[in-house]
Amino acid sequence: MSHALTLITFIPLLAMFVVLALPDAMKPAFKWIAVAATIPQLAIALYLYEHFDTTTTAVQFAEKASWMPSYNIHYFMGIDGISISMVILTAIIMFFSVFASFGINRAEKGYYAMLLLLDTGMMGVFVSLDFFLFYIFWEVMLLPMYFLIGIWGGPRREYAAIKFFLYTLLGSVLILLAMLGLYYYGATPTFDITELAANSSHYSIGFQRVVWIALFIGFAIKIPAFPFHTWLPDAHVEAPTAISVILAGVLLKMGTYGILRVNFAVLPAATMQLAWLFLGVIGTINIVYGAMVAMAQTDYKKMIAYSSISHMGYVMLGLAAFTTAGINGAVLQMFNHGTITAMLFILVGVIYDRAHHREINGFGGLAQQMPIYTAITGFAFFAGMGLPGMSAFISEVLVLIGSWQPHPWMTVFGAATAVLTAGYLLWTFQRIYLGPLNEKYNTLPDLTFREGFTLVPLAVLVLILGVYPQAILSLLNTSLVHLNQVVLSTSGAAVAMMH
Amino acid sequence: MDHPVSVSFVRLIILLPLIGAAINFLAGKWLQKNFGKMAISIVGCGVVILAFIIAVSGFFKMIALAPENRFMLDDLWTWFDVGGLNLHIAFWLDPLSMLMTLIVTGVGGLIHIYSIGYMHDDDGFWRFFGWLNLFTVMMLVLVLGDNMWLMFVGWEGVGLCSFALIGFWYKVLANSTAGNKAFIVNRVGDWAFVIALYSLYAALETVGHPTLVTREVAKYAPLLQGTTINFAGYHSAHQLVGFVTLLMFVGATAKSAQIPLYVWLPDAMAGPTPVSALIHAATMVTAGIYMVARLNFLFSMSPFTMAVIATVGGLTALFAATIGIAQNDIKKVLAYSTISQLGYMFAAVGVGAYAAGVFHLMTHAFFKACLFLGSGSVIHAMGGEQDMRKMGGLRHKMPITFITFLAATLAIAGVPPFAGFMSKDEIIWQAFAHGHTVVWAMLLMGAGITVFYMFRQVYMTFFGEFRGTHEQEHHLHESPPSMAYVLIVLGALSVVGGLVKIPEFIATFKPFEEFLEPVFSSPVTRQITEAGIHSHATEAAFGFITFTMVVIGWFIADMMYRQRRIDPARFSEMFGGVVYEWVLNKYYVDELYDRAVVQPYLLACRALAWFDSNIIDGVVNLSARITVVVSMISGLIDTYIVDGLVNFASNFTLDVGGRLRRLQTGSINGYLYGILAAVMLILLVRAVVRA
Repeated sequence: MSHALTLITFIPLLAMFVVLALPDAMKPAFKWIAVAATIPQLAIALYLYEHFDTTTTAVQFAEKASWMPSYNIHYFMGIDGISISMVILTAIIMFFSVFASFGINRAEKGYYAMLLLLDTGMMGVFVSLDFFLFYIFWEVMLLPMYFLIGIWGGPRREYAAIKFFLYTLLGSVLILLAMLGLYYYGATPTFDITELAANSSHYSIGFQRVVWIALFIGFAIKIPAFPFHTWLPDAHVEAPTAISVILAGVLLKMGTYGILRVNFAVLPAATMQLAWLFLGVIGTINIVYGAMVAMAQTDYKKMIAYSSISHMGYVMLGLAAFTTAGINGAVLQMFNHGTITAMLFILVGVIYDRAHHREINGFGGLAQQMPIYTAITGFAFFAGMGLPGMSAFISEVLVLIGSWQPHPWMTVFGAATAVLTAGYLLWTFQRIYLGPLNEKYNTLPDLTFREGFTLVPLAVLVLILGVYPQAILSLLNTSLVHLNQVVLSTSGAAVAMMH
Repeated sequence: MDHPVSVSFVRLIILLPLIGAAINFLAGKWLQKNFGKMAISIVGCGVVILAFIIAVSGFFKMIALAPENRFMLDDLWTWFDVGGLNLHIAFWLDPLSMLMTLIVTGVGGLIHIYSIGYMHDDDGFWRFFGWLNLFTVMMLVLVLGDNMWLMFVGWEGVGLCSFALIGFWYKVLANSTAGNKAFIVNRVGDWAFVIALYSLYAALETVGHPTLVTREVAKYAPLLQGTTINFAGYHSAHQLVGFVTLLMFVGATAKSAQIPLYVWLPDAMAGPTPVSALIHAATMVTAGIYMVARLNFLFSMSPFTMAVIATVGGLTALFAATIGIAQNDIKKVLAYSTISQLGYMFAAVGVGAYAAGVFHLMTHAFFKACLFLGSGSVIHAMGGEQDMRKMGGLRHKMPITFITFLAATLAIAGVPPFAGFMSKDEIIWQAFAHGHTVVWAMLLMGAGITVFYMFRQVYMTFFGEFRGTHEQEHHLHESPPSMAYVLIVLGALSVVGGLVKIPEFIATFKPFEEFLEPVFSSPVTRQITEAGIHSHATEAAFGFITFTMVVIGWFIADMMYRQRRIDPARFSEMFGGVVYEWVLNKYYVDELYDRAVVQPYLLACRALAWFDSNIIDGVVNLSARITVVVSMISGLIDTYIVDGLVNFASNFTLDVGGRLRRLQTGSINGYLYGILAAVMLILLVRAVVRA
């Protein structure tokens, strides 16, 4: 398969055109077309997994064609250890999101078209190695998300959608400026990220710092990093279930992915200098702050949204460590958070579909009425707590092992948050599922087959990666160790430059 | 130890209960409905009994080897291999983990069988056995894991099962609160524990041996001699190993319910009684002692940590015993008794008598399981009643329960030659022999109090007149055979289980200690273990002192609760109402934690949430509003000033101006997208043309 990456990116786009071309009368077919688009995507992801060479740092499955030669812009796709896990994650999450969308019952045509466009945008971001192409996909992703929240969302959908849009647009503008800066002040004007990375020493350290911060803010909004995070709870609360799943499962990772792909690779010297503050300190704030604010939430979905903020903090902390364990842990955490948080949002959706509210204090005793649902929620909650034997444990531990030596205090806080996380999740679990049954809900049906179908495979994945994390780690290690070396090797050079 | 025997049967010991758990969780409900509870019982108990049989055969394989070769490794697969840290899913069977495996599957198996009768009327039968099986798996992972992170998997895994089983009857909110408390308090301990592992790993990395495989750490630990604490720029002359082991011990205080993190265990009695017996007495709560014994080569390197452990152990032994006096709930007495007895075990390992600590761990597993199951038998007969003030005279109605309970009480009391005598007397003596006089005094006092509250319990429950309702009296019955036989086996073990290590002033017979010897053979451990007094005459004298305390405690209990010559109420007044009040309310420790930690934390969370939605999001919304206002002003300028000029101009210009204004939507997004779309279109067209 020589065009695997093009295929995995554009199959959904093709499906989008099919959806748009079909008449409204064929409404019931739309969701199956979406399924039909994500299945080959998943198959290609598996193919990539199978054929990925874990021993090299080189770009694999590369496709390169000149696009706009006068600006030295290429259609350049390829993956390495930094992106492979994200490609797989996106394929998995999109597949299940389509099934989680089956409850959508108005304007299906638009919904599935936007969903598929979003898919292309996200996949494109992870496989692009030309900054210009990367940016285009980055923007392509923004638009459908705006509509998906703004049209199919909850009561305050317009506020949430505009907030999301403006916030990310602000980020995009900064990324655009940084991109142009890198292009014009580069050794040769190019958007090729691998080339930019190879010539990173060309940029002065002062220039690197400015560009680094601009990029950081652009990406930090997506993570979202404190204090740019307030769009996330609003977006989640209003977004339909499947969109929340995609938002938390994939979109947030673009922030940290962008930092690795661009900040780390292209601006290693600035990374070396700034990461402790922007990734380490802010990451730690994310971890602790997210957990504490989650504790005070009364909206189920908002609580999960803040827990996402907390868990993404581990990714940042791991990146700030510049150790093999830290960086591997960070990328593994991106993957694990994707699967676990997808489960959590699907689970919130299940109860919202039935009870039409999300007040944590408005339930009680659902375990009696919905035992299977409760069991899977319990599983997902403990996965979220990083229970050993489940996937998130490995990534959090790797992050903390990695950050212990460079940042002991941050590690202490990061580790302490395991207590806080247990606090808010167990308390929530108790209030919703345990105790005497709230009589209002003594007719709620348990999980449907479709809901179970979206949850169980993710749960299995969480378990497998808990006992055999090497399945993902072995993909990452070579590239990440190399990238880490690149950053570390600048510390001497940067010091020399400053004197 | 460098060349362990490679085996492949250890995985079966873990796999069997795992299969049991999987069947019970995934198909249990269906099995129960279609084939009855018997099917669940067969699966649930069968897998543990089979695991026990394999463990016993493993034991014989082990003792066939020369003592210095009794190390077996069952290596399955690479767990994770990152940056020099290469850990496997692998199980390590040495004499210590062998012993623990036998206890976990043996005593655990008995408790499984007991549960058939105890839980028989519960609809969640399948779920109960699922969790018991999973607990067995996790406990085995804890004791058999060949590296510290795998040990931690079991460590938190048993915490999960404990959480689920404490809250097993989840319809009662208080039960799940107790479960939450247990899990969260344990997480506090785990916090310390993981930091210990991070810093241990970092230190080993610095000396060139990045590993957390326990046997390798044992090999390289001596290299850490001289590594001092260096935390975030803070340098200290203290040994890093001291810091590491102290944090590990903090972890142990949570798991093994020691001061200051013991508070969850009394509440944990909310779970079904077999759970209390299995998890909160015989196995899980001993994990802390097991961990210290397992890592003896590290703990022995830090005299400071050892002293802390001995002191905390001694304090807890005494402190919890005093609370035990005033409890009226039959299980709560046993809960505080467990905390107290765990204190003895810590005191033992803290003074360097590792074998004595592990010995007490084993005998305690026998007699405390027997006591808990006995109390379960009583509760079962009383229709769920747990208040001893409503019991009395049960010995006639429940002879098997009574006799086994009495045997176990004599054991815990330390009456020779019962099991507890062999182990507890040894601990109290070792504390003195190793020069920990204060700890010795606390343990001695504790021993007297232990006898007192245990006989108080026996007398209140089994002697005197029945004080419950007529209804209850009518239903009193001995428990069914599946429960009674288990009590008999555990009662018998409480009597003879201690004969494998007899005090040296009586006879030189200590196969138990000899069996464990290879585990405690690192030079630094030997040095500590072998220090102290070795005079048999002194040991005998101190044995007599302890025995005197036992007799006094028993005598007072007898006077107060059997012969009723002393009124307990007057006795408590004698100590002043305040002291009694404090003891009765468990020294208000729960209240203290609630006010000093939990409430302030919740307040802080709410404050941060307010800050988040009002300040941070406030700034976001404010900037949006400012933008709106600015655009409104520019709109006004547009309308009045620009338009005024336009009006001033000719009608033709006015007309054009009017038309143009309509294009001006005021939406920045629209403009940006217009630009972007135009650029993309041009680029696309160019690309197509070129292609």
